[in-house]
Amino acid sequence: MTDTNREVLLSIDDLHVWFELRRFGFGHAGYVKAVDGVTFNLHYGETIAIVGESGCGKTSLMKTILGLNTPTRGKIMFEDKNVGELTGEALRDYRSKIGYVQQDPFGALAPFMNVQRILEEPLVINGIKDPAERERRVRKVMEEVKLTPADDFLHKFPHMLSGGQQQRIVIARAIILEPKLVVADEPVSMLDASVRVEILKLLRGLQEKYRLAVIYITHDLSTVRYFSERVFVMYAGNVVEKAPVTSLVHTPRHPYTVALMDATSDPDADNALRYRELPGGEPPSLVNPPSGCRFHPRCPKRIENLCEVEEPQEFQVDEHLVACWLYK
Amino acid sequence: MSTDNTLLSIRDLTLYFNTQKGPVQAVDGVFFDLGYKEAVVILGESGCGKSSLAKALLRLLPRNVSRYDGKVFLEGENIMEMDEEQYRQNVRWVRMSLVPQAAMNSLNPVLKVGEQVAEPMIIHHGVKKEEALNQAAKMFQHVGVPVDFLDRYAFELSGGMRQRVAIAMSLVTAPAVVILDEPTSALDVLTQANIFNVLKRLKKELEVSFVLITHDIATSSELADRVAVMYAGQIVEVSDAHRFFHEPLHPYSRMLMASVPRLRANQEPEYITGQPPSLLNPPTGCRFAARCPKRFAKCSEEPPVVNVDGIQVKCWLYSN
Repeated sequence: MTDTNREVLLSIDDLHVWFELRRFGFGHAGYVKAVDGVTFNLHYGETIAIVGESGCGKTSLMKTILGLNTPTRGKIMFEDKNVGELTGEALRDYRSKIGYVQQDPFGALAPFMNVQRILEEPLVINGIKDPAERERRVRKVMEEVKLTPADDFLHKFPHMLSGGQQQRIVIARAIILEPKLVVADEPVSMLDASVRVEILKLLRGLQEKYRLAVIYITHDLSTVRYFSERVFVMYAGNVVEKAPVTSLVHTPRHPYTVALMDATSDPDADNALRYRELPGGEPPSLVNPPSGCRFHPRCPKRIENLCEVEEPQEFQVDEHLVACWLYK
Repeated sequence: MSTDNTLLSIRDLTLYFNTQKGPVQAVDGVFFDLGYKEAVVILGESGCGKSSLAKALLRLLPRNVSRYDGKVFLEGENIMEMDEEQYRQNVRWVRMSLVPQAAMNSLNPVLKVGEQVAEPMIIHHGVKKEEALNQAAKMFQHVGVPVDFLDRYAFELSGGMRQRVAIAMSLVTAPAVVILDEPTSALDVLTQANIFNVLKRLKKELEVSFVLITHDIATSSELADRVAVMYAGQIVEVSDAHRFFHEPLHPYSRMLMASVPRLRANQEPEYITGQPPSLLNPPTGCRFAARCPKRFAKCSEEPPVVNVDGIQVKCWLYSN
């Protein structure tokens, strides 16, 4: 599935995003190591999912890709340009090539703007001065996200729309500049079960139609399978497993991925009859992460004198890249 | 329908709210039964009235209620006939308690969590503080919170631990029924699975029954003995969990089940087109008819509740 013939759109190399902690406003008090050494390539038209629990660094990673955080170390290359070095006009141009779908659609839409103004905003910012041209593009994108007839919606305000419709507006805004990459941060976690599938299918349809590259960030493994080609599992600032999606759900390799799968339910009445076996404890603080493998204090398969000492390298197992000493 | 094994039996429970635009029929003729040491799941999407149902059961009503009636039998006694004082003394937090939605953010930030868990004992059973704290410590063990957390404040605890504290608080007075309103919706996958392990254990170890209110079909199967599906203020199906998760009967239940993405089966999820009706002016007849692929002429009339081998379905398809 990892098609090596495709050209690389986004390349992330040993990315570190640390946030400095200060004592009394000026004394240095350590770092929150939100993203700590992440490396991957994303090709044109490829969909990847980043899966992890809250606080694992997936949102920091995404914000860095969007150019909202500055990398502490490492670099992000987008079409052979180093994102960290972009400023002014070049940064704006870069941002117009990435769409961003936020988690909470209601929070992401300005309550005082109607749908037309919300969708026009990116066009205005990017210098499309002709109002007729703007209206044409707004109507076209409304059709893409299946909010038709457009006239019924253009003059509505976000609070007059249902959650699913709001999320369609957010998606429309993300794709109106015809980006090459869309970053979707938990796009369906605030929506109802039946609407969730509808929005995911809409995103997938758009992705296929325009050969968009999509980074889908989620905590829900069960939706990943229908939406992405490759999955990266993150734990405490590190990517612990990279694998094609079908292979990941059939044979998860990293003990943390196994735990995540075990904790995910399918609707089945037999679930009520048994306890789930889960690692105890909670994800570590990112200020002072555990030495060696960060999962070792919770890991059922820990190897003494190794896992707590040395940070695991990535090992190739079938199509998986696993950062775990078990696969040495 | 009621047998000796029935702990809680609800008939025609109705709760309407007054708004500027007219009455909102949030809960409309809800019915279900709950046995001892059983868990019933109230399954529904946002806006179907499931949180209002929790409020109606515990009489935690806002001021704009325009209609509140029906029958709720708790151990054979109709608690809807009690006056407020009787209800407060005999039912709320004594025999029926609640873990509210976003319970982890409902803890008092300036009280130690141990005191908060002990408080219902002091108020409802009039016990001394030390004794109540002892009871709280016991509850902490049941829900898997270290006992030395009694002296901590809410902000010192993780989300999962706070949720466990809220569960301990609902259990401390040994109620017969605990209503859980979306107990895990804000938690991470692993934490969520851990909380369900705790709930399963509590159901086995204590004399307690659960009413689990949720929109999450997959995780609801972790606890369910019975399932009641709610749509637009009404119950459309009440079924045994094994039969429900295998093959639900009502068209809405079927479509809801088909919309669940599955991790372990390669089955493309399908969505339900359209939107639920407004509860301000719900359509006459079946409320799901407008979205139902199987609707026919009859559906414009109010459907009866049909008993199909013990499963109750509010649908004309099963009536002959």
